[in-house]
Amino acid sequence: MLSFNILVLVATLYVGLLFGVAWAADRRARRGQLGWMRSPVVYTLSLSIYTTAWTFYGAVGSAVRNGFEFLAIYLGPTLVFVGWWWLLRKLVRVGRSQRITSIADLLSSRYGKSAMLAVIVTLLAVVASTPYIALQLQSVARSFSAFASRGGTGIDPPDVNVTAFWLAVGLAVFTILFGTRSIDVNERHHGVVTAVAVEAVVKLVALLTVGIFVVWGIAGGAGDILQRISAADLNTASASGNRWVALTFLSATAIICLPRMFQVTVVENSDERHLETASWAFPLYLFLMSLFVLPIAVVGLAELPAGSNPDLFVLTLPIAHKQEALAMLVFLGGFSSATSMVIVAAIALSTMVSNHIVMPLWLRMRRPTAEISGDVRDVLIRSRRLSIAAILALGYGYFRFTGGSEALASIGLIAFTGVAQMLPVLVGGLFWRGATRRGAIVGLLAGFAVWAYTLFLPSFEGSWLMSADTIANGPWGIALLRPQGLLGIMGVDPLVHALVWSMGVNTVLFILVSLVSFPSPLERMQGVQFVNVFEHSSGQGPKGNVAVEADDLLVMAQRIMGNVTALRLFREVAREQGKGDGLPDPTPEFVDRLERELSGTVGAATAHAMIGQITGGTTISVEDLIAVADEAAQIMEHSAQLEAKSRELARTARQLQVANEKLRELSIQKDSFLSQISHELRTPMTSIRSFAEILRDSRDLSDEQMRRYSGIILDESIRLTRLLDEILDLSVLENGQVTLERATGRLSEVIDKAISATVIPGQDARLKINVSEEADKIEITTDLDRLAQVFINLVSNARKYCDARDPRLQIRVGRDEDRIVIDFIDNGSGIPERHREIVFEKFSRLSDASAAGSAGLGLAISREIMRNLGGRIEYLPGQGGAAFRVTVPVSPPEPSHGVN
Amino acid sequence: MVKHVVLIEDEPNIIEAISFLLRQDGWQVTTHSQGDGALEAVREAAPDLVILDVMLPGRSGFEVLQELRQDPGLGNLPVLMLTAKGQARDREAAERYGASRYMTKPFSNSEMLAVVRELVA
Repeated sequence: MLSFNILVLVATLYVGLLFGVAWAADRRARRGQLGWMRSPVVYTLSLSIYTTAWTFYGAVGSAVRNGFEFLAIYLGPTLVFVGWWWLLRKLVRVGRSQRITSIADLLSSRYGKSAMLAVIVTLLAVVASTPYIALQLQSVARSFSAFASRGGTGIDPPDVNVTAFWLAVGLAVFTILFGTRSIDVNERHHGVVTAVAVEAVVKLVALLTVGIFVVWGIAGGAGDILQRISAADLNTASASGNRWVALTFLSATAIICLPRMFQVTVVENSDERHLETASWAFPLYLFLMSLFVLPIAVVGLAELPAGSNPDLFVLTLPIAHKQEALAMLVFLGGFSSATSMVIVAAIALSTMVSNHIVMPLWLRMRRPTAEISGDVRDVLIRSRRLSIAAILALGYGYFRFTGGSEALASIGLIAFTGVAQMLPVLVGGLFWRGATRRGAIVGLLAGFAVWAYTLFLPSFEGSWLMSADTIANGPWGIALLRPQGLLGIMGVDPLVHALVWSMGVNTVLFILVSLVSFPSPLERMQGVQFVNVFEHSSGQGPKGNVAVEADDLLVMAQRIMGNVTALRLFREVAREQGKGDGLPDPTPEFVDRLERELSGTVGAATAHAMIGQITGGTTISVEDLIAVADEAAQIMEHSAQLEAKSRELARTARQLQVANEKLRELSIQKDSFLSQISHELRTPMTSIRSFAEILRDSRDLSDEQMRRYSGIILDESIRLTRLLDEILDLSVLENGQVTLERATGRLSEVIDKAISATVIPGQDARLKINVSEEADKIEITTDLDRLAQVFINLVSNARKYCDARDPRLQIRVGRDEDRIVIDFIDNGSGIPERHREIVFEKFSRLSDASAAGSAGLGLAISREIMRNLGGRIEYLPGQGGAAFRVTVPVSPPEPSHGVN
Repeated sequence: MVKHVVLIEDEPNIIEAISFLLRQDGWQVTTHSQGDGALEAVREAAPDLVILDVMLPGRSGFEVLQELRQDPGLGNLPVLMLTAKGQARDREAAERYGASRYMTKPFSNSEMLAVVRELVA
């Protein structure tokens, strides 16, 4: 005989086992050893929270009352999962890409992150779920009672209310422990999900075992059962076609819209591909769960005393046949069904309540300060925990309030109809870009109101808010407004009536208001993101997903930072993470670092936005971002090109300026030359004319005078001739028509000849000239006379212009492989930098006054000579005085003209 | 009374020609062959007339003329400028600096003598 104490002990041990499973799974998850926890089997099993205590116990009751109707409850979800490709896939994809945390979050996101919509959906979910939670408490409490009431235990049956209370407390503790351990961005709860999966197995095994026991233990096998079923007087009449359709529709809606189902299907989904497995495995699970419902119903009806609660046949049949262990298993199955539903529902609802009601209120009440991020996490966790406690308290309160009088199944259907109000808005949001926030709010509120009026409030049968009279005759006696017969439509099943009216009003208003209202820009954008989610995101699992994120980050970083820098950064981080040559995981540290690196290039705000877009909810696709980055890169390149161009222009402008300056100086030089050439020609002519006149007019000149004056005239004529020769020479040299007389000679001889040619007889040579001894050793083949002409010019310039007190000229000679270099360096004040180019221009002289006896053609001629000799002459700066460098090739250039 | 002229000119042949002509005409001629010290030479000789070349080593004839005109003792001394640069710009400069007369080389001997006589008349 199984004592009640043992029952309590076993239940406690079972709960302890669940704690252990959840704790171990959480620990593994935290270590990153997710492994089988992320398998499609666990995902499918977690979906089984659809089958709550309502279905575990209530399906048999439903079969007894309404025949095959219970199958509709399984048919809806089956259709949804078989057709997963159409809706669930999209839902899960949106949930992942937008980081959706609940159905309230989903609808709020879709309709422009509307806070109001989130609050409405949350409240609706709480109101619709509370009876459901109460239902679970009730079923567990009743199963306890069923055990206790069979007598013989020596213990009074425990008060149902007390059991329910402690159950609620225990569930609150469990949910708080495993549902709020961490505030994960993904809102995934591996511990809870794993425990739920274990419970799913327990309840399936329990139900199957009972079924097998009933078919082969009590009845005479499958054939006997089939006979009994066909013979049984099940109430099949009431299972109208309408109701069938309605139930199928409701259950299909519930599997999508129930907050707890949304939690396990979408939020806890770690890999889109799991849907593929679930699409057949979950219907299979449901099939197995429903397999023995009818046998148990007919056998229960036959075996158990009349008036037994058919909702407890599953439990009371084994008890009646003294199958204590089996009864215990069934009890645990029912317990599992109830607790797993309550836990997940509490998590889902607390997430919504805390995210959409508590936190916004708390943030609004607080004075805005800069440093709230630290304690927000604490506040968030605390508000979650309080929400969980509050939700369970609500469920318990409802249970106490209704006194557990209602048939289980009808509470479930009322809740289903309530959450079904979200369906038009949800489906519209996923497939219709034209759906607007206003439409959603109006549709939801209207549907919700109709539901409350036609189904929820009448369910209290006049005990709360709505009087029995109103239910029967309509408010103030207006028959048209009768809650279960609006507009006088009578004789319809109240559920179908409420469903058609609420969904009809809801959908019509949603569509109409959406059509006449305009969506905000954010709504439009979110609308596109949701409706075209497959164009904007990838469907990889979390492992792949991580890689894709890192990939995306790399692609973006490459666009912005450049290939090499980005790759270097990613490799470095990968090594730090111990990942070798792979891509680094986008850990928060890495993402922060990348953001910092990027902000150096595109600015902090942009970097934050870009990183946020890739790692956080994707409001704009990566492709869009990359397009932006491309544009930015193009702009940067353009501006670089412009900069280069403007630098080039500035350089050209500077060159032009220099050329212009040179031209201006040349023009001044030209003017100066005209004066100069005039002076140079007129001066000898003055003497010639003057003495010619003297010779002509003076009668008493001595012979000596006449000879002297004739000599002056002759000298000046020669000077004139020489000047004209020089001009002609320069012209010839410039035109390259010069004839070179090539000869080989010692360099020192050429220099000596030049020096002696510059000595003016009768004047003492103040200039001291020092020629380096190398000159003796160097033989040179060129036009020696022309070279000497250059040297003469340089030496005589030194004689004329070296302004040192003790003028000296250093002639240094050097040679390398193919050229000879001769430097003429004096110790005077040199030539100012701005004149260094101009001295080589023909007819140039630096000042009128300092250039006595020269036409300023010397250096111009020298330069032309050197050019013709294949060498050059240039000013040598930084030597202390005026310094010129003459460079002559060792081997002469091929004669271009004239040598025969 | 023998008139005294200071000739400031750097070309030896032109110095010889002008000196010969003026001496033949009865002048006492003092010569100076560069810009530097020209003013002192004039002050020392205290001549009746100065013949000044423009292109001089050291300082230009214009500079010498400018200083001469600013000198209180020599300010009214007649100055005949000779220049081998035949440009109008030089003539203008000469007039601006206060040359009494201006002649371009080469000149006719008799014309030069006539000008000199006229300046001291």
